[in-house]
Amino acid sequence: MSWQDAFPRGRTAVVGAATYGLGECPGVSSLEMAAEAGYRALDDAGLSIADVDGLFVALPDDYLGGLAMAEYFGIQPAIVDNNRPGGSAFLCHAIHAALALDVGLIDVALVTYGSNQRTGAGKLVAALTASPYEAPHGARMPVGGYALAAARHMHDFGTTREQLAHVALAAREWAKLNPEAFRRESATLDAFLSARIVSSPLSVSDCCLVTDGAAAIVMTRMDKARSCRAPVPLLGGAATVTHKEIAAMPDLTTTGAAISGPRAMACARISPSDVDLVALYDAFTINTILFLEDLGFCPKGEGGRFVESGAIAPGGALPVNTNGGGLSCNHPGMYGLFTMVEAVRQLRGDAGDRQVSGAEIAVSHGNGGLLSSQATLVFGTEATL
Amino acid sequence: MAEAINDPQARFLAQLSQGRFMLQRDPLSDRAVFPPRLRAPGHGGTLTDFFPVSGRGIVYSVTVQPKRPPDPDRVIVLVDLEEGARMLSHMPNADPENVAIGDKVIARIVTEGETPMVVFDPAP
Repeated sequence: MSWQDAFPRGRTAVVGAATYGLGECPGVSSLEMAAEAGYRALDDAGLSIADVDGLFVALPDDYLGGLAMAEYFGIQPAIVDNNRPGGSAFLCHAIHAALALDVGLIDVALVTYGSNQRTGAGKLVAALTASPYEAPHGARMPVGGYALAAARHMHDFGTTREQLAHVALAAREWAKLNPEAFRRESATLDAFLSARIVSSPLSVSDCCLVTDGAAAIVMTRMDKARSCRAPVPLLGGAATVTHKEIAAMPDLTTTGAAISGPRAMACARISPSDVDLVALYDAFTINTILFLEDLGFCPKGEGGRFVESGAIAPGGALPVNTNGGGLSCNHPGMYGLFTMVEAVRQLRGDAGDRQVSGAEIAVSHGNGGLLSSQATLVFGTEATL
Repeated sequence: MAEAINDPQARFLAQLSQGRFMLQRDPLSDRAVFPPRLRAPGHGGTLTDFFPVSGRGIVYSVTVQPKRPPDPDRVIVLVDLEEGARMLSHMPNADPENVAIGDKVIARIVTEGETPMVVFDPAP
């Protein structure tokens, strides 16, 4: 049986979603932040922590975070998944949760995350173990890895720094519509282009924020979901890992999203033209360009011109990162779960000033490591079942 | 006691310490493998023993990371070796303004501290 035939399309749903402590959350530990987000998502679903029998968690500072989380909640889950392929972890968790829910191993899955990296550490908390072959070269990572990909994309396809800046500008324009976003002040293309270079061709304005933040979602089977407020069915999901270190990436201009995206959309029985909005992990501006190409929203190599046209900004044909993304909303280190929360809020019609009218299908895409792990989810409304 | 394995990481570094840049080769693809491994990536087949590589390569991508003066900006490169492997390295003697994708480069072994490493210079 193929992945797309085996995936339980529309048989599970997100029934609760929440964020907590976005921006700065001083004095609160990452564990506490993840717990609070979890409680809020359960409140949103009308469920309690006592209902949770599948716990999915990745914490920035605890290798055994799944154990700490179960202890903190005071539950003994049947499944604890501490899988952490970088910031895509939570999308992988949702896929695994859907499979376990569908066969009846569990009834309620909680996927949760929290990080106090801004007020706790003051910088990106690197979860990567340095390679003994690469560490002596003194490259600043992860930005160096993404910069190498950006440089190659510019070389192969004529992508420009202006086009990269359009990604940051679109994210900021969306963030201005989102009261939760950390950076909401107006910005200009010129200001982004004159920002300090960190790792050429990327400047600080091409890099995601360093903030605190927590998020959580609750999933159940669709039969149970119908008694909850506004269930958002999961129509498809797929993931892959292509490498860890950037030197081992097979092709710097094509990511594993070219595998996970078409596979997830095949599960959902949709094509890119059916998608009303995309929430993707924009750790760096090049990510948005690469993922839009690899997910099939524009041809390979055309991502720069696609974003330059205004297509992904407010008023554009394909709203991307309507919350402001990792570039302008928040980035606590492993951003993937926030793509899922934003997709859910949009499909529920809960997105306020940034609401995409009539949104029925949303793609959520997570990235981990150095373009290493890619995971794609397709969410719909009940009308799409 | 477990049978000793032919520790490829330690052997690679020991050879570098002796001034020899050597890699294993996958006989199926006839391409050099980096980093060194116990068996071939992808299919688990036997690799050849270490052989000396030419050190010649082509810049696959490059990024320059500014440093605080007086430290020179760091030129970080991905190099495709003539023998087929790709590695991350840096170019300590290159002009940061004048390294481009497609440039020919040549390897040199340097040791800073305890660990030897392969850096690259512009090829003459």
